[in-house]
Amino acid sequence: MNLDATKLSELDAFMAETAHKTNSHSYVIAVLHKAQQLFGYLPREAMDYIAHAMNIPTAHIWGVATFYHFFNLKPVGKHPVSVCMGTACYVKGAKLVLDAIKEELRITIGETTEDGIFTLQETRCIGACGLAPVMMVGDKIYGDITPKKAVKVLAQIRKETV
Amino acid sequence: MKLTINAISVEVPEGTTILAAAAQAGIKIPTLCHLEGVQSIGACRVCLVEVEGAKTLVASCVMPVMEGMKVYTNTKRVREARRMVVEMLLSEHDGNCQTCNRNNDCELQSVAFDLGITDITYQGVKGRNEVDASTPALVRDNGKCIKCRRCVTVCTQVQAVGALFPQFRGFKTVIGPAFNSDLADVSCVQCGQCAAVCPVGAIVENSHIERVWAAIEHPSKTVVVQTAPAVRAALGECFGNPPGTLVTGKMVAALRRMGFDVIFDTNFTADLTIIEEGMELLKRLTTAVRDKQPVALPQFTSCSPGWIKFAETYYPEFIPNLSTCKSPQQMFGAIAKTYWAKKAGKDPKNVYVVSIMPCVAKKFEAQRPEMDDSGFVDIDAVLTTRELGRMIRQAGIDFNALPDEDYDRILGTSTGAADIFANTGGVMEAALRTAYEVITGRNLPFEELHVTPLAGLEGIKKAAMTITGTLPEYSFLEGVVLKVAVVHALGNAKRIIEEIKNGEIYHFVEVMTCPGGCIGGGGQPRLTDNEKRKKRIEAIYKEDEGKKLRKSHDNPKIKQIYGEFLNMPLGKTSHHLLHTEYIKRERV
Ligand code: SF4
Ligand code: SF4
Ligand code: SF4
Ligand code: FES
Repeated sequence: MNLDATKLSELDAFMAETAHKTNSHSYVIAVLHKAQQLFGYLPREAMDYIAHAMNIPTAHIWGVATFYHFFNLKPVGKHPVSVCMGTACYVKGAKLVLDAIKEELRITIGETTEDGIFTLQETRCIGACGLAPVMMVGDKIYGDITPKKAVKVLAQIRKETV
Repeated sequence: MKLTINAISVEVPEGTTILAAAAQAGIKIPTLCHLEGVQSIGACRVCLVEVEGAKTLVASCVMPVMEGMKVYTNTKRVREARRMVVEMLLSEHDGNCQTCNRNNDCELQSVAFDLGITDITYQGVKGRNEVDASTPALVRDNGKCIKCRRCVTVCTQVQAVGALFPQFRGFKTVIGPAFNSDLADVSCVQCGQCAAVCPVGAIVENSHIERVWAAIEHPSKTVVVQTAPAVRAALGECFGNPPGTLVTGKMVAALRRMGFDVIFDTNFTADLTIIEEGMELLKRLTTAVRDKQPVALPQFTSCSPGWIKFAETYYPEFIPNLSTCKSPQQMFGAIAKTYWAKKAGKDPKNVYVVSIMPCVAKKFEAQRPEMDDSGFVDIDAVLTTRELGRMIRQAGIDFNALPDEDYDRILGTSTGAADIFANTGGVMEAALRTAYEVITGRNLPFEELHVTPLAGLEGIKKAAMTITGTLPEYSFLEGVVLKVAVVHALGNAKRIIEEIKNGEIYHFVEVMTCPGGCIGGGGQPRLTDNEKRKKRIEAIYKEDEGKKLRKSHDNPKIKQIYGEFLNMPLGKTSHHLLHTEYIKRERV
């Protein structure tokens, strides 16, 4: 994969701006954030590029990228989908909902559908226990969800997106 | 500072750790992640001790002593805590000691034994055991890794490579290369310093033991073995001898009893390297000083394959500066399968050449595709000092009871200059012994021919020498100040290259990949620390001083090979068999 040249020059500018920073660890985090913002996730090529530009071993960049949950190592779809797996939701059948979604989208957690529309994400309790079980698509919360309802919602969204 | 440890009074300088103070008081505290002089991170918690007045137990490897401190290293609380730490490690450890490369040579095993662990009460989930045997030099097994990070620190800080790093977090943490790649797909230089410091069997050499036994048993193969200079100063440690015991004669006797057909010495080609590399340096100096033509200076030594891969990867602009000489190991293979095979009436295709090396990068070097100038693969198998030790045991040989025996002729004859290839500063000293004499007709003006400013464990050593009293042929060098530098560990190589980039001038730079040089190689008996390095170096100097001939050009067999075969240094045959080329490598 070739990285977009305009985005790369923006990344270069950002690195140049922060180059004098002494705490290199937080500086790496900031640069990775910038890259994720530009590319939507952290492509391997971007991590390689940053490693060379900052003269830091690639393994160290990779180590930082994998340490923090907020970095995506794979492309992310237009709509992040998640099912709350907190105790309340779990008891009320969240696992069945998740299984139905996995089957419908033919992906598992951390993956993105081939058409780039959905990414299934890991979640902990989001604090909407009153609505359990809960599914989220983007910022939108769907309460009292069932496997059937979930599949319907996703189909609708896909239709609207295409 | 005064303190007591288990009621024993100790006095130590401020800043000393409890661990070091206890050692001074003769008390051993178990450790796993701590690596003297390299890493103190307080990660594994095996070194816990009780300090009077402190609420929790403290990690003694990072805790500095305080005036009047009362430390207890052997209370019930301490014993139980340490035991729990190690039991946790064992519960996640996917290992089987009986079949492990580190059986009887494992820090986890001995710590567990010393703590009296007989049962593992926790049932942990075993680590992922993914075996990475992608490189010619090393095998990694994550299931055995205890995440002590010694390899990470050595690779990053000592070697300036940074091929290994912790990834992910918590229970999912693994120590490995970027992108979960195999080691072969990243810029690891194969130095094996990670394997040298790993406390367990998570990084070990890629073993050639089986293929060597197979060759020895093969009816039509003539198995020729060469032993690197550094092996003789360390092999004894595999059999309980104190560091610095020279075992040259016993090693030769053992090899003969194991069934090797011909026993030769890498020292022979170390002498040959000095002639070729020394003349190469003089040629470069002639071009620069007499002819005033552009030429790549300084010349860097090229005997250390980890350094070569490092330069090819990180400093390709310095490739023209690398001596084109092959390493002594590779020169040996090329000579054994041509000159020697012919002389001995052997068909080179049936000659199997084995090297015994203190190094794992030599396994990488041997399989570089261009190393076939004899018309065959020049080197067929490479054993580390540790592997040889293991084979001697397998053969049931009582090593310490062996008599001293001599190498075979003629590739077994060498001078003291070859011995010192084993330690930092040695190749430079050996080269100067010859080059100085070629230029001036006189002996190098140092006592015992030792260039003392270049000896010792200092990371970067420098010397400047004004050349005077030149022979007519080299009169253009009269008054020239020859500047040389010696570095060991790749972090120091990086430093000297940065200096050179900033305009510092040197004519000749020796680089050895491993701390201390080959005597501290990635294939030597574990665990190499500075004390052992010093002892092994002393032994090597003793070997050198004990030789009748101390300068490579005085080796009669070297004169013979030039007379009968090579004709002249840097000549056509030399160029074909003894010199090589390098490639630029992608950095990953
Ligand atoms: S690494 Fe040590 S403890 Fe683990 S299996 Fe090997 S010898 Fe046993
Ligand atoms: S062999 Fe050397 S370069 Fe490679 S991972 Fe080990 S320490 Fe690092
Ligand atoms: S591979 Fe060995 S040295 Fe590296 S972290 Fe694991 S146990 Fe420690
Ligand atoms: S040796 Fe002290 S914490 Fe590991």
